[in-house]
Amino acid sequence: MTAGAPHRSRPGRQGTGISDARIWTRLQPVVAAALVVTLIGIPLWLVLVTAAKSQGEAITPDLSWPDDWQLWDNLRQVWTDADVPAAFLGSLLVVVPTVVGVLLCGSMAAWVLARRATRLTAVLYAIAISGIILPPAVVTVVLLLRQLGLAGTVVGMIGVYLGIYLSTVIFFVTGFVRTIPTSLEEAAQTDGASPLTVFRRVVLPLLRPVLATATILVCLYVWNDVFYAFFVIGGRHDTLPLNLFRVASAGLYLNNWHLIFAYVILMSLPLIVVLAIAQRKIISGITSGAVK
Amino acid sequence: MWFLVPAFAILLVFFVLPTLFNFVYAFTDWSGFKSEINPVGFDNFVDLASSGTLFSALRITVVYAALVAVFQNVFGFALAVLLERDTRLNRVARVFFLIPVLMSALAVGYLFQALLKPDGSVNQLISAVARQPFDHGWLADNTWTIVVVALIHSWKWMGLSMLIYLAGLKTIPEDVMEAARIDGASRWRTFWAVRSPLLAPAVTFNVATALLGSMNGFDIVQATTGGGPARTTEILNIFIYRTFGQGLFAQATTMSLVLFLLVALMAFPVIHLLRKREEIL
Repeated sequence: MTAGAPHRSRPGRQGTGISDARIWTRLQPVVAAALVVTLIGIPLWLVLVTAAKSQGEAITPDLSWPDDWQLWDNLRQVWTDADVPAAFLGSLLVVVPTVVGVLLCGSMAAWVLARRATRLTAVLYAIAISGIILPPAVVTVVLLLRQLGLAGTVVGMIGVYLGIYLSTVIFFVTGFVRTIPTSLEEAAQTDGASPLTVFRRVVLPLLRPVLATATILVCLYVWNDVFYAFFVIGGRHDTLPLNLFRVASAGLYLNNWHLIFAYVILMSLPLIVVLAIAQRKIISGITSGAVK
Repeated sequence: MWFLVPAFAILLVFFVLPTLFNFVYAFTDWSGFKSEINPVGFDNFVDLASSGTLFSALRITVVYAALVAVFQNVFGFALAVLLERDTRLNRVARVFFLIPVLMSALAVGYLFQALLKPDGSVNQLISAVARQPFDHGWLADNTWTIVVVALIHSWKWMGLSMLIYLAGLKTIPEDVMEAARIDGASRWRTFWAVRSPLLAPAVTFNVATALLGSMNGFDIVQATTGGGPARTTEILNIFIYRTFGQGLFAQATTMSLVLFLLVALMAFPVIHLLRKREEIL
């Protein structure tokens, strides 16, 4: 829709390509700024001002400036009432082992899958990456976890996430390994290094860029996931999204928009701070992985 | 070769086995109300089909996925073209459009629930512009709410599509553009005849991820409508979550199997495309 703007204005001008381009250069910043303000600015503004209002003022959330700025009090109330520190810790307890496990197991498997071109590895690769697309069986995984005695535990949750996101990591890393020459590994092998040493000392350091991409994606998905968490650990272990869902749907909090949005701020802040600090790396990381 | 063991052991236990279980338990009367589990054949499918739930949930899921795939890609592509040049303003704007991608989908859902209330900010802005009271219930319309929710889903993810299209635009070599310009092609023609075909890989990736991501969607719908009004936005995962909560495990499993088969059916061409692209690279 925005791409059409300069061309629509063509008939009015004498229709040469040069003045066309000039109008677009002038107009583009205005259009970009207007879109940022309306599409992103208004929703984020609503979150901020509502989170800073008193309960009475926040019953019907609107864009007006709060009469009484009490963002800090609301944040503190959510922090203690909703038990955010426990949920935060709970989230970390799930996210960190998942990311470490998925990167380690995934890159080990991807290395072998990329380097050996046999029928078997081709089949294994197809099975491994099918999980990118096929939805996990959320109901029966609960049954399986019960049989394993892992239902409702952090270990069970981590296992389920590993099963879901290994395929993404294997897909990305295998593609990447294929682009790096084998000469370094061969040199290390002829020097008598064991496969484990070759992997740790030679391959893993080379994988840094693609592992960074995978880390970002897996963190993003697991940190914000609520669907799988409902099934696997619902009620027995707290994570931030589960806690937010409980806070927002509890009768006690109904229409307490100021608290819901204060929670949204608390929960989104870590990721937004990371984005602000490492935006260039994140952007190039995500894009280089997807379209080479 | 033993390097494969940990990854495939995990995949086997936590991914392949549950999927196989799906094919077994969809044909039983497994529920939260009794301890024994008996095979019942196709009863679950027959029940769901005869009550109309099966087909309405399937239709809603497919419609939702198609809408999201279109909206997310149109928005993402438009943003990528708009913000293509590397100016300071554009770099800042790109970061802003990434914020929704990072936010929890649940939070996005609550945010839009507040914005789209009948007395919410969107209606207030419309009333102010139109100078007459406006109180449309955006999330309470039996026909159009699914479109609104698909728009919200696309709003959350359009930043990611934008990034991927931006990366695609950057891979187009400058001399190709130069050649088109020398041949006297207008900007408009250059764009459609030269650039967009070269974006094909980005389009494949974006459409596939949007389509499959939304078929497996849950949190945005749950946080905005919870499947309502009158279950017109009840996509498969919402149904699975609801019936699972009621203890009707076999029915939930049946729907989970339906979702699996639906995605598998649509995914085979997609896997094929992705793998083909990889062989070229």
